[in-house]
Amino acid sequence: MEHITFLVAVVIITALAFDFTNGFHDTANAMATSIATGALKPKVAVAIAAVLNFAGAFLSVKVATTISGGLVNEKAGLQPSIIFAALVGAILWNLLTWLKGLPSSSSHALYGGLIGATVVGVGLHGVNFSTVVSKILIPAVASPVIAGLASWGATKLAYLITRGAPKEGTEKGFRRGQVFSSSLISLAHGTNDAQKTMGIITLTLISAGALHKGDGPPTWVIVSAGLAIALGTYMGGWRIIRSMGSGLADIKPPQGFSSEAAAATVILTSSHMGYGLSTTQVCSGGIMGAGLGGPSGKLRWGMVRRMAYTWGLTLPAAAVVSGLAALVADRGNWGVAVVGLALVVGAGSMWLVSRRQPVHADNVNDAAPAAAEVPAVVAPAAAPTTLAA
Amino acid sequence: MNIKWAALAETAGVSLLVTVAVVVVFALGNLALSRREAAVAAGTGRGVPALVAAGVCFAACTAVVLYGISLIASK
Repeated sequence: MEHITFLVAVVIITALAFDFTNGFHDTANAMATSIATGALKPKVAVAIAAVLNFAGAFLSVKVATTISGGLVNEKAGLQPSIIFAALVGAILWNLLTWLKGLPSSSSHALYGGLIGATVVGVGLHGVNFSTVVSKILIPAVASPVIAGLASWGATKLAYLITRGAPKEGTEKGFRRGQVFSSSLISLAHGTNDAQKTMGIITLTLISAGALHKGDGPPTWVIVSAGLAIALGTYMGGWRIIRSMGSGLADIKPPQGFSSEAAAATVILTSSHMGYGLSTTQVCSGGIMGAGLGGPSGKLRWGMVRRMAYTWGLTLPAAAVVSGLAALVADRGNWGVAVVGLALVVGAGSMWLVSRRQPVHADNVNDAAPAAAEVPAVVAPAAAPTTLAA
Repeated sequence: MNIKWAALAETAGVSLLVTVAVVVVFALGNLALSRREAAVAAGTGRGVPALVAAGVCFAACTAVVLYGISLIASK
């Protein structure tokens, strides 16, 4: 640890900050529909997700030895300043999409950031574009479609099978099932995403000479990465939970269970087959399929469209921001300080803007602020009628 | 550029099948459980066969989940 320079310290802190936004952004993936159907109370849901994300960080001992899975040429030397610039772009994009309440992929933001920073810092030859297509672009298009199809079919069948039984009883059963299906997604998320941060910190420490090549992550790295993602998860990205839970479709327990089962299956099968895909896109695809397969068959296409645009923009947008950051951070310690300051100012101002219309555990299930006021007006009016009767 | 379409198709197919299978089995368990409740409420028996059927269904789902967790942990 004696070799830790200013830059390395900054990279570690920024990596943990990214990990935090990752947890924060992705709580919705596992918990949005469980909160929307009432399977779990909002606060309970985020607490379970946080604990399981933390546990997930310890579940797998074999940490990814590459950050990028071969997207950028790491052998040429992934400088800490490039990693730093990549993280800055990813964090800023994550916060912007959170402010808009849009689920976007934290992994794509990180990959985009790495690509942008590498192009600026190393050159175009530093990026393996064929890996970008086969490992990111194709799974990014295919995975939400597959999750959507699976979830659509499962929803249809779930309704068909339970059509004769009383609705209250079967809905209670599906709600209980949702507790398990959303827990499984949380666990898988912690395993996949906390490891990315561990990989970043470990590689940075190796490049700084504080660890030997091929060393695994020290315990403090595992614990701090697990804690950062768990803390972020517990904070709950309520804006995104609202969009995914009630913005896409009105989700009932059979639909929630089907979409979560589809998402968990797609995530587990494809990570087993070696595809690095986006949990966010898979879960959103699952919810869309469940919305279409449900009794009303309705989907709010405006929200679907906004999400699809965001998915397309994530990688290039993070790449542009990170490219700019790399340009400045490459100038030396003062450049790193300037980029760091820009990150703090950018993140702080987005947080301030979010305070104007806060979304939290208590109002997360209200579709819009206007809709929330209607029951409040009706309730007092109904009370005297009951008394009079 | 080398894109493994077969692996992609396999992943897609397995995902579809497993999802539909799990949800169908879970829904059947759910249905069995509500049959039992109906039988108990109507006083036509204690619904033991339905309870056993539900147990089998939920056990199958649990096994799939445990297998999923073992996949994550063994990586």
